[in-house]
Amino acid sequence: MPIFIDRRLNPKDKSLGNRQRFLHRVRAELKRSVQEQIRSGKIADADGEHAVSIPAKGTSEPSFRTAGDSGRRQHVLPGNKQFSPGDKMPKPGQGSGAGSSPGLQESEDDFRFVLSREEVLDLFFEDLELPDMVKLALKEILASKPRRAGFSTGGSPTNINVARTMRNSHGRRIALQRPKRAEVEAILAELAGIEAEGTDTTRAKVAALRAELDRLERRRRVIAFIDPVDIRFNRFEAQPLPNANAVMFCLMDVSGSMGEREKDLAKRFFVLLHLFLKRRYDRTEIVFIRHTHTAQEVDEDTFFLSTQSGGTVVSTALEEMQRVIAQRYPSKDWNIYVAQASDGDNFASDSERCLRLLDGEIMRLCQYFAYVEIIDERESEIFGSTDNGTSLWRAYLTVKERWPNFDMTRIARAADIYPVFRQLFTRQPARPRN
Amino acid sequence: MPRHAHRPDLLFTGSDWNFATLSQAYDVIEAVAKEELRLDIYPVQMEVISSEQMLDAYSSIGMPLMYRHWSFGKHFVHHELHYRKGGRGLAYEIVINSDPCIVYLMEENTMALQALVTAHAALGHNHFFKNNYLFRQWTDADAILGYLDFAKGYITRCEEKHGVPAVEAILDAAHALMEQGVFRYRRPPRLSSEKQREGLRERLEYEERTYNDLWRTLPRQADGAKAAAENADLIAERKKALNLPEENLLYFLEKTSLILEPWQREILRIVRVIAQYFYPQRQTQVMNEGCATFVHYTVMNALFDRGRIGEGAMLEVLRNHSNVVFQPGFDDPRFSGINPYALGLDMMQDIKRIATEPTAEDRDWFPEIAGSGDWRAILLDAWANHRDESFIRQFLSPALIRKWRLFLLSDAANESFYSVASIHNERGYQKIRAALAQRYDIGANNTDIQVVDVDLLGQRHLRLQHKVRDGIVLDGGSCEATLRHVQRLWGYEVSLQGIDAQTGATVYERSSSQLAQ
Repeated sequence: MPIFIDRRLNPKDKSLGNRQRFLHRVRAELKRSVQEQIRSGKIADADGEHAVSIPAKGTSEPSFRTAGDSGRRQHVLPGNKQFSPGDKMPKPGQGSGAGSSPGLQESEDDFRFVLSREEVLDLFFEDLELPDMVKLALKEILASKPRRAGFSTGGSPTNINVARTMRNSHGRRIALQRPKRAEVEAILAELAGIEAEGTDTTRAKVAALRAELDRLERRRRVIAFIDPVDIRFNRFEAQPLPNANAVMFCLMDVSGSMGEREKDLAKRFFVLLHLFLKRRYDRTEIVFIRHTHTAQEVDEDTFFLSTQSGGTVVSTALEEMQRVIAQRYPSKDWNIYVAQASDGDNFASDSERCLRLLDGEIMRLCQYFAYVEIIDERESEIFGSTDNGTSLWRAYLTVKERWPNFDMTRIARAADIYPVFRQLFTRQPARPRN
Repeated sequence: MPRHAHRPDLLFTGSDWNFATLSQAYDVIEAVAKEELRLDIYPVQMEVISSEQMLDAYSSIGMPLMYRHWSFGKHFVHHELHYRKGGRGLAYEIVINSDPCIVYLMEENTMALQALVTAHAALGHNHFFKNNYLFRQWTDADAILGYLDFAKGYITRCEEKHGVPAVEAILDAAHALMEQGVFRYRRPPRLSSEKQREGLRERLEYEERTYNDLWRTLPRQADGAKAAAENADLIAERKKALNLPEENLLYFLEKTSLILEPWQREILRIVRVIAQYFYPQRQTQVMNEGCATFVHYTVMNALFDRGRIGEGAMLEVLRNHSNVVFQPGFDDPRFSGINPYALGLDMMQDIKRIATEPTAEDRDWFPEIAGSGDWRAILLDAWANHRDESFIRQFLSPALIRKWRLFLLSDAANESFYSVASIHNERGYQKIRAALAQRYDIGANNTDIQVVDVDLLGQRHLRLQHKVRDGIVLDGGSCEATLRHVQRLWGYEVSLQGIDAQTGATVYERSSSQLAQ
């Protein structure tokens, strides 16, 4: 008779510590991989699990092992069909795995594995320098609110509904005829009165009263004042917050002056806004509008990959957006968020027009408008703090003064992105219009 | 109508299991195995685990508890990926060489599988662990779990005290040398410190007694040859003092390195002990799996013959059995080397055949056992006294070589083709058998690297020597990384010299001082 032990209930994830050590070890590699994927993948995919691939060399475990392509070896193999001694056959895969028979050597390729959403976001947030509260808020998956939903017989002690419980208790005490305190006290008083006399006639009465008192006390003990069956708890149901639809407009200048670095920063900026929206809303859509001196709605790949030549007229993008809103996203059904990235160039007289457009209609329709101007790292020294800038920057400054839901910043590094959303994130979750 | 349907003495029906049926099945299987095969086993402890826990166990090299290290995490994600993709199933069981013998059963297994696994692991492996000479000599079955518990706790404490990166650096270095961290040819020195001190005192006393001041007055000879001889004497002396050459690098570093802290030495020791624990397992893969497979096959058939398990269960058992012992040919895309289960089982069944129905050829090749009839005794003896290499050298029969159609392929790195050296014919049997046995000789196949010299009073330059056999050299990048690890543990210059085993010529030379550049 062997000893049996059921280990199935033991804590799981025994190797979690090992996994963390492993992830820590390849952190740089993972970060590169995740950012590469976010760069090349879709904005909406940033929020989820990622399969990453780790090159074997970063995690190799060295040892004094033999080189496959050296020396003389002998292999014993099964399944000979037509060979005789002295037969020769060419080695497969000359150059790569030469010197080993097929399947005799384990290949140590790069291997892929899946990072959880949490781990991906951790890596993504790393150099954005988000405040911890914001990180937490972005990782939280479902916004829900407890709602009262009647009463239940089970629950946590903090949720006991006293009124209900006492009402049940009262009814039960009446039904089971639990002796009241007053009855007991009346007998006690009577006893006190009679006992003092101490005659024979009273003695029998005292005995009877005592017996009665015993019975009442016993009954009071047996029938509890509050029995577990009386207790009622307030029941709460998690009710998802009324979610609505949100549409996010990504506007970007794609003229020649926007290089790889600028687009990369812009993409991070868009991803961050999208993460925020996805957390708040049930359904988020993204519209990409690129512009030079003309603007057009495009798909995501074209948006990030293609460059166009031409001047820069920002107002065309705003007009295009207005058109799309009017056509597909009526503002009573949709929460509209706009993220605009540009390097600040604009056709001289156009900035006034942008100001008029924003002031006139767009800012009324939008929940939030975030503008980033991507500048060179060297310029950030000069421009970082001043209000001087291009005509577009000055025009937008005016908008910022007038509208609380408009924010703008200059960024040169990924860490600069967050401030433009600060207001968005610090604001108490305003109920989406619905 | 199935023959065994509704028979009351069936051990179980259906595929569900519970602890009562498991226990009952174990009792019957144990009785049958002892009766049919005269097995001798440790008491058994069976633990039921889920697939996730099986994956956990996989990543910590099959041990129920293990210290933490990133490489185990790497293996975990690796295994998990394969498992989730469905590319690879999980083992049905894991068995630990300990007393009591611990067997892990997967909860997903059906009852028929649990019975199969019980026969395989709890009886087969268990008997092998208890009786094979390698395990008896080299591992302490009753101490391993306690030791691992200590190791895990110790390393956790070190991490708390010295920081995870510091501990990780030592573990990385130690893991790199794991293969060079075992004693191959002798039992680890077991002198207690007291005895050692005793010996040292006696030696000193002897030197004091025999001291003669006259020797000092002898004039020194300035003769060059004499000086060289003296120098050679000096080197020999110091080698002797350090017990060089030393094949166990981890042991040498642990005892001799001048820069290690006591806790670092202890970690080296832990890694070394674990490597040593697994050393017998690596030498007895074919025999161990063959023994377990032979036992489960025999026991399950016996149970079926006695009407203790039904046809349905038996079919399931046979299906799994044939999956386990499947051996594709070398040109099959599924081929990934010789399947130790298949080879072991076939050889053991072949022994049974030779003992009971020998052919003339068998009588030629195996005069001692052919026709002796008592195959049980032969097998028990083989299980107890052989390792893979000697077992194959002794028992691989021409009949089996023909059945497997084994052939020998020569592979020289400087030629663009393989050539077939021998096939399954009269002239080839011996060669194939020798070559296959050689392949399982871990001692001969592992890279032979030894500490040959170090001058502790001078430069402290640690010299390692690699005996290059058949021109097989080390993988460059990996070798350099490993040398760096050795240097980290040693603290001073380390060099590795490749010496051809036959000619004694230097094949290559590497030094940590070159690596640094």
